Amino acid sequence: MSVDTPAKHTARAPRPSKPAESDRSRAENSLARKLVAPALILMLLVTAFPMLRALYLSLFEYSLTAPDDRNFVGLGNYGTALSDPLFWRDTGNTVMIMIVTVAFELVIGFAFAMVMHKVIFARGAIRTSILIPYGVITVVSGFAWQFAFSNTNGFVNSWLPFTPDDFNWFGQYWSSMVAIMASEIWKTTPFMSLLLLAGLAQVSEDMLEAAKVDGATWWQRLWKVILPNMRAAIMVAVLFRALDAYRIFDNIFVMTAGANGTESISFLTYRQVIEQFQLGIGSALSVLLFLSVLVVAFVIVKLFRVNLADARQEG
Amino acid sequence: MTKNLKNNIGTVLGCLLILVWCLLPVVWIISLSFKSQEAVTVGSPGFFPSDGGGAGWSNYTDVLKDDQFFRSIVNSIGISLIATVLSVGLATLAAYAIARLEFVGKRFVLTTALVIAMFPVVSLVGPLFDMWRTFGIYDTWPGLIIPYMSFTLPLAIWTLSAFFREIPWEMEQAAQVDGATSWQAFRKVIVPLAAPGVFTAAILTFFFAWNDFVFGISLTSTEAARPIPAALSFFVGADPFNRPASLLAAGAVVATVPIIILVLFFQRKIVAGLTAGAVKG
Repeated sequence: MSVDTPAKHTARAPRPSKPAESDRSRAENSLARKLVAPALILMLLVTAFPMLRALYLSLFEYSLTAPDDRNFVGLGNYGTALSDPLFWRDTGNTVMIMIVTVAFELVIGFAFAMVMHKVIFARGAIRTSILIPYGVITVVSGFAWQFAFSNTNGFVNSWLPFTPDDFNWFGQYWSSMVAIMASEIWKTTPFMSLLLLAGLAQVSEDMLEAAKVDGATWWQRLWKVILPNMRAAIMVAVLFRALDAYRIFDNIFVMTAGANGTESISFLTYRQVIEQFQLGIGSALSVLLFLSVLVVAFVIVKLFRVNLADARQEG
Repeated sequence: MTKNLKNNIGTVLGCLLILVWCLLPVVWIISLSFKSQEAVTVGSPGFFPSDGGGAGWSNYTDVLKDDQFFRSIVNSIGISLIATVLSVGLATLAAYAIARLEFVGKRFVLTTALVIAMFPVVSLVGPLFDMWRTFGIYDTWPGLIIPYMSFTLPLAIWTLSAFFREIPWEMEQAAQVDGATSWQAFRKVIVPLAAPGVFTAAILTFFFAWNDFVFGISLTSTEAARPIPAALSFFVGADPFNRPASLLAAGAVVATVPIIILVLFFQRKIVAGLTAGAVKG
């Protein structure tokens, strides 16, 4: 490294000789490396290393039920996966869940954030209750909603005016999807609303006041002042939640176990690897899942011009 | 004046809506846990237990007497606590370096953390399943603690480095001027100041580990290490075609209690931690 790596805190008294300066920054560099190394190694050990292994295994026809005949098939597993309509159906499901849930969460979460921003009384109570869905285990949320929609023990049918009391929500595709998405939206909207609340707090009150004096309506203030000024917070929230929603697994596992074509891409991968021990094709699916997450991230970053430095909180 | 009143009514209604949204499913699962198992098998629609369909505390005593369920609670508490302590310890070191020191490769560490936070965990279970069996840590506590640590590190590093940036660093410099080394300044001055942030990161890490499902079902096969979410999903009861809804609900309530307690006590810290990475301060 170069000798003149600038030290961050230059406030200390100027030293007479230059070598002392570089000693200092070298010491800083080496201390930093020692501090960061354990965390970095552990993170890579459980992600990068298995991912490389998946890449390697995906080139073989390899099943744990017959571990000894492992045949090199090149990109054959990828061909099999990509030409399988199941793969595309599950990807379609996942993308649909991602778009619908994030859209609902954004609108409802923003409304919640507006209320929380305004409220002066009982702030603690509201915040405590908004954290409860965030803290509840996804599996528990899945069960709660599955039983709520159940036609034998649930209450949803009797509360909704347009469904007969014995309507079976888990009997067909669309209603099953509605139930899955209800659980997902319920559980993650609070997280979204807290992120948006933090963004809302950054919008300058003076600017809002000025817009009000100039005669802007509530609607105009929302679209011309509030939303543009919290763009960064909204985009970070959308990016985080979208990638999280793309991994949807728990709710589907608990609520439908993939019945009626409600499987997600994560669920398909899990089924191949853990239930059917097909490590070869399963690894290919793992790699494809990873690549599709990268694509989704890339599309969101490009489409909404998210500044990654915001997400990485540099600056 | 009337406009103010209208605004206030709107806010109150909004608050009520938030409360109903957040609490309704929780109240529902509690209510379900008090329906008797006989009533649930026959079918007992409605929000509250029907007349004569109540169970008192019997579902709770049944669930806690269930050996597998009890083991899974012990597993979950043990694994989540150990993973939390280790992960926050490592993250504290890393976050200090990120917030405080200039070094080559800082961007790399931050980008790695960001990528891992977004990682589709399911894509790892295949290779990990295979590797863990080779290393002999499949279906053991360490087999879950290690992945929990690596997946909570990004969150912990973020939260902590955001907190660390707020710390008055002049105090550290003062200590260094007085002759302390970088390490001494870190340990004697910064650690006490950073404790609240560390605590927040610990709560968030614990939530993650407690909530995990994918690793929990993929990397365990017996009650030796199976955590609560996995145990709940495998809990079928005597009749596999008719899940014991009220018993499961009681189990779910038990699994949720620790989280509710944490939320009640540390609401302020959790909110601060969750939003630390979202906006530039």
